[in-house]
Amino acid sequence: MFSFIVRRIAVAIPTLLILILISFVLMFAAPGGPFTNERPLPEAVMNNVMERYGLDDPYPVQMFNYVKNIVLHFDFGPSFQYRDRTVNDVIAQGFPVTLTYGFWSFVVAIGVGVSLGVAAAIRHNSWLDYLAVGISIGAQVLPNFVMAPILLLVFTLWLGWLPGGGWNGGQWNYVIMPVIALSTSYMASIARITRSSMLEVLNSGFIRTAKAKGLPMRRIIWRHALKPAMLPVLSYLGPAFVAMITGSVVVDVYFSTGGIGQFFVNSAFNRDYSVIMGITILVGALTILFNLLVDIAYAWIDPKIRY
Amino acid sequence: MTFKATLLAGTATALIALAGMAVADGHATHPVTGDVLASDQSFTYRVLDDFPSIDPQLIQDVSGSEVARDLFEGLMNEDAEGNVIPGVATGYEVSEDGLVYTFTLREDAKWSDGVQVTAQQFVDGIKRAADPATASEYAWFLGVTGIVNAEAVTAGEMPVDALGVRAIDDLTLEITIDAPRPYFPQTTTFPTLFPARLDVIEANGDDWTDPANIVSNGAYVLEEYVPQERLVRVRNEMYWNNDATIIDQVTALIINDENAALTRYLAGELDMTDIPAGQFPRLSEEYPDQAISFPNSCSYYYMFNLSDSGLEALQDVRVRQALSMAVDRDIIVDNVLAGGQRAAYTFTHWAIPGWEVPDIPMANMTQAERNEQAKALIAEAGYGEDNPLEVEIVYNTSDSHRAIAVAISQMWKQTLGVEATLANQEWATYLDTRGEQNYEIARGGWCADYAEPSTYLDLFTTTSSYNDGKYSNAEVDALMQEAKLSEDPLPLYQRVEEIAAADAAIIPIYHYASVRMMSANLENWPTENLLQNWYSRDLYISASE
Repeated sequence: MFSFIVRRIAVAIPTLLILILISFVLMFAAPGGPFTNERPLPEAVMNNVMERYGLDDPYPVQMFNYVKNIVLHFDFGPSFQYRDRTVNDVIAQGFPVTLTYGFWSFVVAIGVGVSLGVAAAIRHNSWLDYLAVGISIGAQVLPNFVMAPILLLVFTLWLGWLPGGGWNGGQWNYVIMPVIALSTSYMASIARITRSSMLEVLNSGFIRTAKAKGLPMRRIIWRHALKPAMLPVLSYLGPAFVAMITGSVVVDVYFSTGGIGQFFVNSAFNRDYSVIMGITILVGALTILFNLLVDIAYAWIDPKIRY
Repeated sequence: MTFKATLLAGTATALIALAGMAVADGHATHPVTGDVLASDQSFTYRVLDDFPSIDPQLIQDVSGSEVARDLFEGLMNEDAEGNVIPGVATGYEVSEDGLVYTFTLREDAKWSDGVQVTAQQFVDGIKRAADPATASEYAWFLGVTGIVNAEAVTAGEMPVDALGVRAIDDLTLEITIDAPRPYFPQTTTFPTLFPARLDVIEANGDDWTDPANIVSNGAYVLEEYVPQERLVRVRNEMYWNNDATIIDQVTALIINDENAALTRYLAGELDMTDIPAGQFPRLSEEYPDQAISFPNSCSYYYMFNLSDSGLEALQDVRVRQALSMAVDRDIIVDNVLAGGQRAAYTFTHWAIPGWEVPDIPMANMTQAERNEQAKALIAEAGYGEDNPLEVEIVYNTSDSHRAIAVAISQMWKQTLGVEATLANQEWATYLDTRGEQNYEIARGGWCADYAEPSTYLDLFTTTSSYNDGKYSNAEVDALMQEAKLSEDPLPLYQRVEEIAAADAAIIPIYHYASVRMMSANLENWPTENLLQNWYSRDLYISASE
C-alpha cells in the first residue's frame, strides 16, 4: 500500500508538468494577449508592460521561469488583469470561499443523494421509488444557470428570506443558495448511481443468504449491502468532490460569492495567463490527490482490491 | 425622480451654503434643495466586474475611475454638467500661447493621514504614470493631455525628469503642454494625473492600495475591499470639504450578471443598477419614478474593412452606401434596444457639448426612400438577385450584439438581397480579428475620452491606431489637423462627418444611452454629465415621502 502511494505521487509530478506544458501551448495559441484592448496600446506602452511581466521572453524561457518560481518560492506570479494582486492573492481569497460552499454542497449531495437512492432501491417499483427517480431526473435536467435565477426570485425577491448575493465571510444565510444551486445535479447523479448499484447488490447471493439467515432488513442494508453498493458511487465522488470545491462559474456569477470558479472562466477570456495557470495547476493537483484518495478508499471498502 | 442637479452646480457658493446643514423638525435638510435628508446616508451601486486596479496611475476603466474620484482628488473636478470646477487647485492660469498652465493649490487640502497635499505630489503622480518602470497601460493618456515629453519618457527615450511638470513651490504647479489643447484642464480630472504619495507606495509596494495601507486625499477613504464581492468607502474626516459631504458610506457590489443585479435592486439591496437590454419599456411602466434613461457618450457602428485584405465589393462606395441606407435604425433603437438610445447617421455622439449634428442627406429621408435609393445603388454596383453580395459580420459574443446583427442581416436580405453570415467571437479574439483586418464587416463601439468631437473623429484619420477599418481620406486628415489649432473647429468637424457620410466610411447605427434603475430617493445624480463622471460627495439620499 505504501509503495503504491509513493508510486502514485511520483507519477503525479510528470502529470502536472505535462498539464502545465499543454496549458501553456493552448494559452499562447489563443489569439490576443492579456493586454489586448479595444484601444490598442501604443508600442512603447506595450513594450513596458510586456517587459515588466517577462512576456517578451521566448515561450520556453517563460515556462521555465514560471515553473522555477513555483518550485523555489511557491510564487504563481502576478495577475495581469488585476494589477494590485498576485495569483497567490487571488487563490488565497477565492479558494476558501469555494471550498466552503463546495464542501457543504458535497455533504448535501451525498446525504440527500444516497438516502434517496437507497430508499428507492429498497422500495423498488413503489411510489417512493418513482418519487425518488422523479426528483433526481428533475434535478438533473434543471441546469444550475436556470435554477440560480429562480432561487434568487423566490428566496430574495418574493420571500425576502435570503440575501441575493455576496459572501459576507461565509455567514450561513449567504451560503444556502449557492449550496442548493451547486449540489442539486450532483445529488441527482448520486441518487441514480446509488439506486441502481443498490438494486444490483440486493439481488446478489450473499444478501439472499443473509435474508435466509433471518437477519432483519435494516441490519442487512447497513451492515452488508451499503458498503459494496457504494463502490460505483465512490468512483463518481472523487472527481465530483474536486469539481465542487473548485467551484462553479454559475454560482459565482449569479451569487457574487467571489469564489475561484469565475476566475477560471474569466481569466481565459482576459488572457490572464498566470491566473489561468495557477488555477489549472490547483485543479489538476486536487484531481490527482482525490483520485488517489478514492483508490485508497476502494481498498478499504472492498477487501478484494489489493495494490 | 426629480433632478436638482442643475441647482447644485458644485459651485463654491453652494458648497459654502452646504457647510451649515439646516435642521428642520429634527431632520436635516439639504441646504440647496430643501429636501429632508434620510437618516441613513448610504449609497450602494452595482459594478459589472471586479476592479482591475484602484491605483490611480494604473486605472484604465470606468468603474475604477469612479472609485478613484471618491478616494482621491485631482487638480480639477467636474460639476453636474461636466464643466471643470476647482478641486485641489483653486484655479489655474494659462500662458498666452496656451502652452503653460499654472495651478494654485488650496492650503487646506490634506491626505487622510493629515499630511498636506503639495504640488510635488502631483508631479510625482504624473511622473509615476509616465515612468516605464510603472508600466501603466494608461500611460498613453498622457499623450492625449499633451504634457511635454510624456510619450518619449514612456518610450524610455528620455529620463522621467524631462516631463513638462514642475512644482514651483508647495502650492504652485506648472504643467507645460506641446500645443494649445483647450480640453487640457479637463484631463486633470482623470485619475492618471492624480497626486501620488511615493512614501506610502514605496513602503508597501503593490499592497499600498489595501485598506490597511492606503492613504488618500479625496472625500472618502477605503474601508473594505473584498475582491469579486464588494468595495466600501467611508467619509474622509481630513477632507477639506468634508462638512459639505452628505453621503456617509458608498458601497460598490460586484455583480457579474445584470439580471441577478436587477433582482437584487428590486429586493432593495441596491440603489442603482443597469437595466438589461429590452426591459426598459416594462420597467418604466412598473416603476416610472425609478427607470431612467439619459445619454451616454458612446456610439455603436459597423466598420468596413477597407484595407487590401477586405472584401473587394466593399471598396465600392455605392455598395457601402447601400448597406448603410438599408439599415433601419429606428427599428433597432425602438424595438431591439428600446432604452432611449438614438438612431445615428453620423459618428460623434449627439450630446457632446457644443456639437451640432450636420445635415446628412440620409438622415432626412424616410426609410422607404432610403431603401429605394439603396436598391438603385447596389444594382448600379452590379449586385442583385442573380449575383447576390455575400458578407460576413463579426461581433463579440453578446446577446444584444447578436440581436442587432440578426436584425441588420434581415434588413439587408429583404431590401438588397444581401446574404450576410454572422460570426461571433470571444472578446480578445474579436479584437485581434479587427486589429489585423481579418474581417469584412465588424461591429464597433467607441466611447468619448473627453467631451469634444475629436475624441470620435480622430478615428477617421489615416494614422489613428484605432482606425481598424483603415479608412483613409486626405481631406479628412487635413481637416482634423487644421481643427487642432483652430479657434472654432466646429465647422471643420461637421465637414469631416459629411465627408465620412458621403464615403460611407462606417455605418453609424445608434448613440448609446445609460439605461438604469435608480432609487427614487437617490438625489443629484448628474444625468447631464455626458461622460458620467460622478462624485459621491455631490449625491444625497432624501427621506421617503
